[in-house]
Amino acid sequence: MRELLDDIDRWRADGKRVAVARVVDILGSGPREPGAAMAVNEAGEVAGSVSGGCVEGAVVSEALGLLHGERGPGIVTFGYSDDEAFAVGLTCGGTIRLFIEALDW
Amino acid sequence: MSGVTGVTGSSGVFEVLRDRLRAQQPTALATVIDGPDPGRKLLVTPAEVLGTLGHAELDRIVARDALAELEAGRSGIRHYGPEGQTTPEDLVDAPTLAVFVESWSPPPQMWIFGAVDFTAALSRVAKVLGYRVIVCDAREIFATRRRFPAADEVVVSWPGGLFERRGDQLGQRDAVAILTHDPKFDVPAVQGALATRVGYIGVMGSRTTHAKRVERLRDVGVTDEELARLMSPIGLDLGARTPEETAISICAEIIARRTGRAAPSLRDADGPIHS
Repeated sequence: MRELLDDIDRWRADGKRVAVARVVDILGSGPREPGAAMAVNEAGEVAGSVSGGCVEGAVVSEALGLLHGERGPGIVTFGYSDDEAFAVGLTCGGTIRLFIEALDW
Repeated sequence: MSGVTGVTGSSGVFEVLRDRLRAQQPTALATVIDGPDPGRKLLVTPAEVLGTLGHAELDRIVARDALAELEAGRSGIRHYGPEGQTTPEDLVDAPTLAVFVESWSPPPQMWIFGAVDFTAALSRVAKVLGYRVIVCDAREIFATRRRFPAADEVVVSWPGGLFERRGDQLGQRDAVAILTHDPKFDVPAVQGALATRVGYIGVMGSRTTHAKRVERLRDVGVTDEELARLMSPIGLDLGARTPEETAISICAEIIARRTGRAAPSLRDADGPIHS
């Protein structure tokens, strides 16, 4: 989160709405620890990362969906081991759970 | 609730979090990630609690747990009943909340004794790993900021003085590397480090140097149990030659000691890479 602060400040100063996705859980092998975070603003600009580049594209889609009111805050799962998981996975075979929310708090 | 406001509807929790993270102050943030109202926040610091997860008793229990996570430098998910219930019996009939507790502890410290080339390299590698680096040497002409630009602090002092003033700051996550090679410095540095709770003490020198140093340390009353805490000669057996390679071997040893691994190559082992 700390490494996102400068971008978040700049975006919010420009009046842009921001969504934040944080890794809350890793099952099996995963490149980042819980707490790894990325931020996406309503213009689609991105800061930070939550994996080794495997799921970031899908996180941006979810974040924009959230900022456009198409979904609420909640958990998003990426990986192959879960039926409800997104088609995108981690190349290392693990499952990653993110909590995604608008930065309105 | 803080009086700070940000973009529309802001509770001010983010602003407090942001300012504390920038100041590297210990902070935990609890977020309901699964439950009736996902996104609710409780910010917990050793001094205050800000925000709410929706119930006073839940806030109290989560704040207690978040402080423990903060002390251990851990982040993870915990489950509670809507009123803070934590025992399995309590949770049988109550719908549970999943709360992600993220904690930010101040960076670990590495104290490096001896203003030598190995110290310059080690301070650079330690910075990459996120340490707050303090270089200490009693010789004013060597212990300069110009020679150690990567260090957060360069302290001109005898080792004993630094340990007396600040040794109580050191804990399990911190490291002391003694690279002086000179018994005048390294004996008091080892004694100072042994008097703290620091998690790693590495001392540079050949096996011959180490054997002589052990004699001197015994002479000043250091016990076998204390000697067993010392990693000396310092570093993993990588065949490191240059100061930079040696710095990698020292940092790799610190990681391996923390994780309890024997540090062979991953290719030559079985089992999960992370655990």
